Amino acid sequence: MNWTWFHKLGSPKWFYEISGRWLPWLVGAAALLLTVGILWALAFAPADYQQGNSFRIIYIHVPAAFLAQSIYMMLAVAGVVGLVWKIKLADVALQQAAPIGAWMCALALITGAIWGKPTWGAWWVWDARLTAMLILLFLYIGIIALGQAISNRESAARACAVLAIVGVVNIPIIKYSVEWWNTLHQPATFKLTEKPAMPVEMWLPLLVLVLGFYCFFAAVLLMRMRLELLKREARSSWVQAEIKALVGKGI
Amino acid sequence: MSFASFDEFLAMGNHGLYVWSAFGISLLVLGLNGLLPVLARRRYLHAEARRLRREEAL
Repeated sequence: MNWTWFHKLGSPKWFYEISGRWLPWLVGAAALLLTVGILWALAFAPADYQQGNSFRIIYIHVPAAFLAQSIYMMLAVAGVVGLVWKIKLADVALQQAAPIGAWMCALALITGAIWGKPTWGAWWVWDARLTAMLILLFLYIGIIALGQAISNRESAARACAVLAIVGVVNIPIIKYSVEWWNTLHQPATFKLTEKPAMPVEMWLPLLVLVLGFYCFFAAVLLMRMRLELLKREARSSWVQAEIKALVGKGI
Repeated sequence: MSFASFDEFLAMGNHGLYVWSAFGISLLVLGLNGLLPVLARRRYLHAEARRLRREEAL
């Protein structure tokens, strides 16, 4: 198999150019999907027969929780790529994705608490799903703190990669927590293999918002990575040319 | 539209406080995450522009 594309992808200059072309499309898609999804979720989706209108919180709770777990898995993959192939771009991706993941995890916990109060009668219960999600937030905070605490960039990258890989055991625990333990948390609404446990007019806006959150994450990640590359590669000639061009445009 | 009037829409069947606070916090978090990298980039480019001008003056 030809691996040149893989190493090309690891080249900061190539990544910077290609991501610059993708970024406007991702920003547009995210803005469109999020606007349509939120209006649909708030005003047009029917109320739940048991939970009434409080169920509308699902439309941000689920995308945020999906994203929090997906981003963590991405960190672990970036960690493996960085450790095995010594691709520096992997560390840039890991460091820049971690804060977004932490925000999404916090958002899932906060919206979950707000949803829990009218539905379960409690903001917080120490059950498996919620506790595992709280551990995920601590893992994110740990990775961010570790990345900032070690001043040598390569040691920091290695330490963060190892923590991200070790912490990934938490992801299946989150996923199966509602099946392994007795819990207040409702089981998954979406399964890849089965029909959704919801009518179509309820899950379609959810799908739109899940896609919107993923596009949003991709757009924000690319913006953060591009800035970080300009800073880290400041001494290379292509960055100096790019900075001159951007400054010349008066941005 | 699953609401008969705007007041009903705001009330969310007595769950207004929960639904609106959850969506409000979410929009705030999304907005911050989108805005901060844009501001950071602008700040960095301004600093770089100052550095370039300084170097030219020397």
